[in-house]
Amino acid sequence: MSTLHLATQALEIGAAIGTAPLFVGWVNQCRAWLQNRRAPSLLLPYRGIRKLFHKDAVLAERASALFRVTPYMVFGAMVLVAAIIPSMGTRLPLTIAADSIALVGLLATARMFMSLAAMDIGTAFGTLGARREMMVGFLAEPALLMVIFVAALISQTTSLAAIAEHLSSQRLALYPSLAFTAVAFTLVLLAENARIPVDNPATHLELTMIHEAMLLEYSARHLALLEWAAALKLFNYACIGIALFVPWGVATGSQGPAGLLVSVPALALKLAAAGAGLALIETVSAKLRVFRAPELMATAFLFAVLGLLVHLLLGA
Amino acid sequence: MNNVPVLLQLVNACAAGLLLLSFAMLSQRRIVTLVYLLATQGALLCLATLLLAWRTHQPHLYISAGLTLGLKVIFLPWLLHRLIRRLDVYWDSEPLINASVTMLLGLLIVVFAFGLAQPIAALSSTAARSTIGIAIAVILLAFMMMITRRKAMSQVVGFLSMENGLFFGAMSATYGMPMVVELGVALDVLVAMLVLGVFFFQIREQFDSLDLHHLESLKEKH
Amino acid sequence: MPKTPLDGALVLIAAWGVIGLAGLLRPHSVRFVGRVLFPLSALCGLALAVVAARGVAAPAGHALLVVGLPDLPIHLRCDALACLFLLVLGAATAGISLFAGGYFRQGHGAAPGLLCLQYHMFLASMGCVLLADDAYAFMVAWESMALSSYFLVTTQHRLAEIRRAGFLYLLIAHLGAIAILLSFGVLQGGSWRFTFDSMRAAHLSAPWATVAFMLALLGFGAKAGLVPLHVWLPEAHPAAPSPVSALMSGVMLKTAVYGMLRVSFDLLGSPPWWWGLIALGAGLGSAFYGVIFSAVQTDMKRLLAWSSIENLGIIFAGLGLSIVFSGFRMGALAALALIAALYHCLNHAFMKSLLFLGTGAVLHATGERNLGRLGGLMRRMPWVAWLTLIGALAIAGLPPLNGFVSEWLLLQAFLFAGDVPRAFVDMLLPVGAAIVALCTALAGYAMVKFYGVIFLGQPREPALAEAEDAGLLERAGLVWLAAGCVALGVLPVQVIGMLDTVSRALLGTTLAAPAAHWWLLAPAAARGASYGPLVFLLVAALVIVLTLLAVRLLYHRRVRRAPPWDCGYVRLDARMQDSAEGFGQPIRHIFQPFFLIRRELPSAFDRLPRYHMEVGDRIWRYAYEPVGQLVRRVADLVAVLQQGRISTYLMYSFVTLLVLLGVVL
Repeated sequence: MSTLHLATQALEIGAAIGTAPLFVGWVNQCRAWLQNRRAPSLLLPYRGIRKLFHKDAVLAERASALFRVTPYMVFGAMVLVAAIIPSMGTRLPLTIAADSIALVGLLATARMFMSLAAMDIGTAFGTLGARREMMVGFLAEPALLMVIFVAALISQTTSLAAIAEHLSSQRLALYPSLAFTAVAFTLVLLAENARIPVDNPATHLELTMIHEAMLLEYSARHLALLEWAAALKLFNYACIGIALFVPWGVATGSQGPAGLLVSVPALALKLAAAGAGLALIETVSAKLRVFRAPELMATAFLFAVLGLLVHLLLGA
Repeated sequence: MNNVPVLLQLVNACAAGLLLLSFAMLSQRRIVTLVYLLATQGALLCLATLLLAWRTHQPHLYISAGLTLGLKVIFLPWLLHRLIRRLDVYWDSEPLINASVTMLLGLLIVVFAFGLAQPIAALSSTAARSTIGIAIAVILLAFMMMITRRKAMSQVVGFLSMENGLFFGAMSATYGMPMVVELGVALDVLVAMLVLGVFFFQIREQFDSLDLHHLESLKEKH
Repeated sequence: MPKTPLDGALVLIAAWGVIGLAGLLRPHSVRFVGRVLFPLSALCGLALAVVAARGVAAPAGHALLVVGLPDLPIHLRCDALACLFLLVLGAATAGISLFAGGYFRQGHGAAPGLLCLQYHMFLASMGCVLLADDAYAFMVAWESMALSSYFLVTTQHRLAEIRRAGFLYLLIAHLGAIAILLSFGVLQGGSWRFTFDSMRAAHLSAPWATVAFMLALLGFGAKAGLVPLHVWLPEAHPAAPSPVSALMSGVMLKTAVYGMLRVSFDLLGSPPWWWGLIALGAGLGSAFYGVIFSAVQTDMKRLLAWSSIENLGIIFAGLGLSIVFSGFRMGALAALALIAALYHCLNHAFMKSLLFLGTGAVLHATGERNLGRLGGLMRRMPWVAWLTLIGALAIAGLPPLNGFVSEWLLLQAFLFAGDVPRAFVDMLLPVGAAIVALCTALAGYAMVKFYGVIFLGQPREPALAEAEDAGLLERAGLVWLAAGCVALGVLPVQVIGMLDTVSRALLGTTLAAPAAHWWLLAPAAARGASYGPLVFLLVAALVIVLTLLAVRLLYHRRVRRAPPWDCGYVRLDARMQDSAEGFGQPIRHIFQPFFLIRRELPSAFDRLPRYHMEVGDRIWRYAYEPVGQLVRRVADLVAVLQQGRISTYLMYSFVTLLVLLGVVL
C-alpha cells in the first residue's frame, strides 16, 4: 500500500463527496435542455444544501434517536460505497475490505435505515414511502447483485477493483451477457435513485412518490445530509456502471501517477455522458404506476439472470 | 472470448438479441409493438444468417437471408399491420398469468433449454453451435407466449416467432435446412398467414371480437 | 476436572438435568427458579460453549455408558461436528436461560418449577442428540427432545389453538422420527448392529444409500421445517413461551442440520452429486416460500417462525451445494459451501434467539402478539428496541453484522461453481444464487416490517403507553446474544478457522486459502475476493463520526421540536400508519399465486366498514387437509365396528381367536 494508492483513495472519496451535487446539477441541466426549459445553474444543488445546513432543525415530537442517527448512517454508507468503487484507480486500499457483495450490502443497509427512519414518526406518508422503497428495493437489490455477478464471472473475482482492472485490460470484445446486464443495471439505477419511470424526483404528489415521502419529516442539516447522500448514491451508481461496462481509462496498478492524469478526465467525460444519457431516458419515458414498478424490477432481475445464463452458454 | 473471431462474436450478439426480443414479446401487451418486435427479430435473424453466410461461404445461406428479409421483416409485419388496422385490435387484454410469473417461468425455460442444448452443441461442428441453446429457448418462449395470450393476433405473432427460433436453430446446428425444405416452410408460413387473416375476419364477424375465449363455447355441450 | 471435551460436555449436560430436577424442590417459587436456577443454567451453557469451542480441534473422544437396557450400552462420541453444534447449543442457551430467568413469572399455566424441569430436559436431550453414537441413543434423545419441547409448547394448554399447535408438532415430529428410524434401519446395511461405527463401516449399494439419504432428508427435513413439512413450525413456535421459541428455533432446528450432516457426510461417506441437488432444491424452495410468507404475517412470532423456515432453507441450500461439490470432487468449494452453511447455523442461533426473546419482552410488556396492536415501543422500551434492531439488521444480511458473512460465503460458493462438469447443474447454480439473493432482500423487507411496526411509529393502542422495558436479567440475555451477532460479524476469520477444522473432519478437505490476516476474510485468495469487516466497520464509524463532527463544528446543533407534518389534515392519528397487512400488501400482490388469500371487503354503504383478510398456506389446504379428510373418512368406516356393546367386542375377540387357531393348526 503505497502513498500513491492512499492518495488515489483520498482523491476518490473527496471527488465523490465534492462533485456528487455537481453531477445532479448536470443531470438537471440536461433535462431542462431536453425539455426546452431554461436550465438552472449547475451549482444549484450546492446552494440548496448550504441553505439547508444553515437552518434550524425541526424534529417531530415523537422522533427517536434512530431518526436522528439515520442521516449520518446513510451518508456514511454512501461515502464508504464511493470509497470502494474503482472510479479513478483500481489500486484502492479499501477495496480489500469490501468487495462488490459488501457494496450491495452497504446500499441495502442505507435503504433499510432510511425506511426505518421513515416509519419512526408514524405518519401515513412515512410508512407509505418506506413500504414502497422496500418494495422496489427487494427486487432491485438482487438484480444489482446479479449484474455484478456476471462481471464477476467474466473476471473470476467479486472484488470490484479487480473486475474493473480485468475488463479494462481486455481486448475489445462483444459481451452479449454484459449487454443484457447493462439493460438490467440501467433499470436498477433508475429505480434505486428515484428516477422517472419509477419515481419522480421533482414531485410531491403522494400517489407517485417514494423517496420524497420518506424524507418528509426531515429538515435542515438532516435533510441536507440526506439530499447529499442521494446525490452521492446517484454518483456512485453512475460510477459502478462505468466500472462495469466502460472501465477503459481507469488507472490500473502499474501506471503510477500518470495513470490518474488520464483517468480523472476520462471519468469526467464518462460521467458527463452518463448524466446526459440519464436525462434523455427520463425525458422520453413516462412515469409508471407504482404497481408496475415491481414488474420493471422483475424485468431487471430477469435480464441480469439471463445475462448470467448467456454468459455460461456462450462463454462471453 | 478474446480468441473468438469478431464475426462469431457478432453472431453470438445477434443470438442474445433474439433471446432478448423473445422476452420483450413475452412481456409486451401492445399488439402493434409486438409486431415491431417480431420484425426486429426477423431482421436480427437475417443479419445472423448473413454473417454466417459470409463466414462459411455458403451461398444458399445468402438466399435464405434474403427470404427472411423479404418474408419476415417486410411482408408479414406489413400484413399484420394491415390486419391490426382493419380489425382495430391494438391491445391484448391482461395475459392469463401475470407478467412477473410469466417472466420467471420463462427464465426456467431458458435454463432448461440451455441445459438441453449443451450435449447437442457438443455433437455439432458448426461455427455457431453455442447458440443452439438460444434457438431452443426462443422456440419454447414463443410457445409459452402463445399459451399465455388471449387474443388470436398475439398468438399468430407467437407462432411466427417460433418459426424464427426453428430457423435459427437449424442454422446454428447445421447451417440451415436444405433449400427445398426452407422454401417449403417459407411458403407454409405465408399460406398459413393468409388463411389466418381470412380466419380473423370470420371470427370477428361471428363474435364481434378476436378474444379467443369465445371459441371455448364451440365445444360439445354436456 | 474433566479431561476431554466429551467428559466436560457430559458433566454439563448432567448439570442441566440436576438444575431441572432442583426446580421441583420449590416448584412455585419464581424467585428460586428464576433468580437462581436459570442463571446457573446459563452459566452451564457458557461453560459448555467454552468446552465445545476448545473441543473442535481436539481428536474425537469415545465413551461407553452402561445404563439402560442390558446388552445395549449407550455409545457416545464427541468429534468436531458434535462440538460445533454443542457450541451452538451452549452459546445460545447462555443468553436464552439468562433471559428466561427474568421471563417466567407467575400465571403462565404450569408452575415455574415444572417449566424449569421441562426446559432443562429439553436442553439435556439436545445435548444427548449431539453426543449419541448409536441409533438407539440417538433416537431416545431425539424423541425426548420432541416430547419435552411438546410439553413446553403446550404450556398454556387451556387454549384450544395451542393444544392444536402442540398436536400438529407432535404428529410431524413423529413422522420425521419414523423416517429417521427407517433411515438408520437401512444404514446398518445388514450387519444389524446399530452403532454409528458399524454404519460407517457398512457398504451400501447405491440404491439403498439413496433410500437412506432420502429418508434422512425427510426425517430431518421435517424437524428443520423444510417445505412441505413446515406446517408445524408457524403453529408451534408462536404457541410456546418466548424463551422456548428461541430455543426451538435457534437450537433445536439445528439438530436437524446436525443429523443431516452426520448421515450424509459421516455415515454414508461420499454422497453423489445429485443428492446435493435435491437438498439444494428443497432448501431454496423452503427459503423462498418461508420468506414470502414471513413478509405477510401479522403475528410477530409467526413472522419469525416463517423466517426460521427461510433460514433453515438457506442452511440446507448450503449443505446441498456442499454435497454437489463434493460429489464432483471439488474439495475447496465443498468446504466453502459447508462452512457457509455451518456459519449460518451459528448466526441463526444468535440472531433468531435474539429476535424471539425481543418479542418475548414485548409480549410481556404489552400482552400483544398481533402487530396491528403494537407500535412506538422504541420510546417505551429502548433497551429491547435497540438490541432487537441488531438482530433485525443481522438477519436481513447487512454488513458488518453476522448474517452478511454467511450470505457472502454462500454467494462466493455459488459464484465460483463455473467448472461443474454437468451442463444442467452449472446452469441451475446461478439461478440458485439469484434465489439466495432474492431471499436475503426479502428478509430485509420482512425485518423492516417486523421492526418498524413493533418499535417505530406511534403506539396503535392506548395501553401501549404503559409498556415497561425488560428487567435486568432479560437485558443481560439480550445483550449476550446481540454481542454474539456483532462478534460473529466482525471477527469471522477466527470462526472460520474453527469451521475449517470441522470441514476437514467431515469432508477431508479445507478451504483453498487459509486466512491471510486475522482481520481479512479471503477464503479463495486466488480469486481475489476478500472481506474485512473490522476495517469496514472502523472506516464506516470513522466516516460517520467525522461527518457528525464536521456538521456540528461548521454549522450548529440547534433543534426545535414540533408536531409532525399532517398535510393540513388535523385529525391525523395512529391508525393511519401502515398496519402489518398494509405493509405486506406489495408482497401479497406480487407473489399472489403462492398465497391462499381470503378477503372480506366492506361495501360502499356499510355504516361500520370492516376489512378482514387472511393469508393461508396453499400447501396446508391442498396437501394436508385432503389427507386429514381421508383419515377421517377411513376412521368413519372403521367406526362401523364400534357398537358400544360389550358382547359385540367379545365376539370380535372370539372370532379373531377362532380364525387364528384355524390358520395356525
